[in-house]
Amino acid sequence: MNWKLTEDRPIWIQLVEQLTTLIVSGIYASGSAVPAVRTLATEAGVNPNTMQRALAELENRGLVETRRTSGRVVTEDLTLIQGIRRQLAYQRMDEFFETMHSLGYTEEQTRELLAAWNKKEESV
Amino acid sequence: MNQELITANSLTKSYGTKIALDHIDLSVGHGRIVGLLGPNGSGKTTFIKLLCGLLHPTSGALKIEGLAPGVETKSIISYLPDRMYFADWMRTSDLADFFTDFYTDFDRAKALEMFRALGISQNERIKTMSKGTKEKAQLALIMSRKAQLYLLDEPIGGVDPAARDFILNTILTNYNENGTVMLSTHLISDIERVLDEAIFLQNGKVVRHDTVDNIREKEGKSVDQLFREIFTYGR
Repeated sequence: MNWKLTEDRPIWIQLVEQLTTLIVSGIYASGSAVPAVRTLATEAGVNPNTMQRALAELENRGLVETRRTSGRVVTEDLTLIQGIRRQLAYQRMDEFFETMHSLGYTEEQTRELLAAWNKKEESV
Repeated sequence: MNQELITANSLTKSYGTKIALDHIDLSVGHGRIVGLLGPNGSGKTTFIKLLCGLLHPTSGALKIEGLAPGVETKSIISYLPDRMYFADWMRTSDLADFFTDFYTDFDRAKALEMFRALGISQNERIKTMSKGTKEKAQLALIMSRKAQLYLLDEPIGGVDPAARDFILNTILTNYNENGTVMLSTHLISDIERVLDEAIFLQNGKVVRHDTVDNIREKEGKSVDQLFREIFTYGR
């Protein structure tokens, strides 16, 4: 896992985003154990308290659960995971349409272009 | 345990007519990693030396676990000075012996393990070590104590970026969970991610004391950028 942290925003928020990606993409599988706070903090090169705060937020959102016997695990609520995954996908698409708009394409033209696009032949 | 680890009330230190610390009020809790940030001559080293009991306040009060700096507080503080204080004929293994004799909370096996990881041979003499290696060796010793308060005066100043990452990792993985690490530096961008909170010192006064994430949230910029703004020269 490559942790990328930018300068301008609170670190814990960026950690929440990246942990969420790990979960919705299935790298941290539903029902599996989440690595220990210290392990994650070392991996990301951040303060353990900051990582703790990020995990607490994921717990708030229901993406991870704390079990008394097995520690933190990724939720088994697949509907929730899929819902969040969908939400993130829509966000990316919004960004994509905005970029295309700035190139002068209407939404319809963008859709047409995308449908006709053959990645192998036309990508640069 | 809900007592603060460090409390300073109107803490002042002057050297003759020069005021190094000017009525400082602050408190720092347990289990924190705190950056003491400020330009040269802002009072960082003076504050650290007061905590160590190497200097005495001119006025005001300073308490560590409720006690004035002294014999009891020295036993719970692990201090990395800004200058090497070992004789240069000593070998790495002598340093480990030295710390074993002096500190009951010193974990010798841990120190030797860190020397190995840092590629420092047990037979190497301080005299033949490079500046960066000396710093690494000292830090390994300091972090191998199970202290309540680690005071690191410019721990990353003289080492290359790769070693800097290793040192920050060492700090992150080795400090005692209830212990607090206070480190002074002006290389902020390198250490920002590991800090809980930042204390900005300017001309002996605390001009800002907040968590790193609060600063980023309120200012929309990194602590490093804020530092550059606060301490701009020539204005």
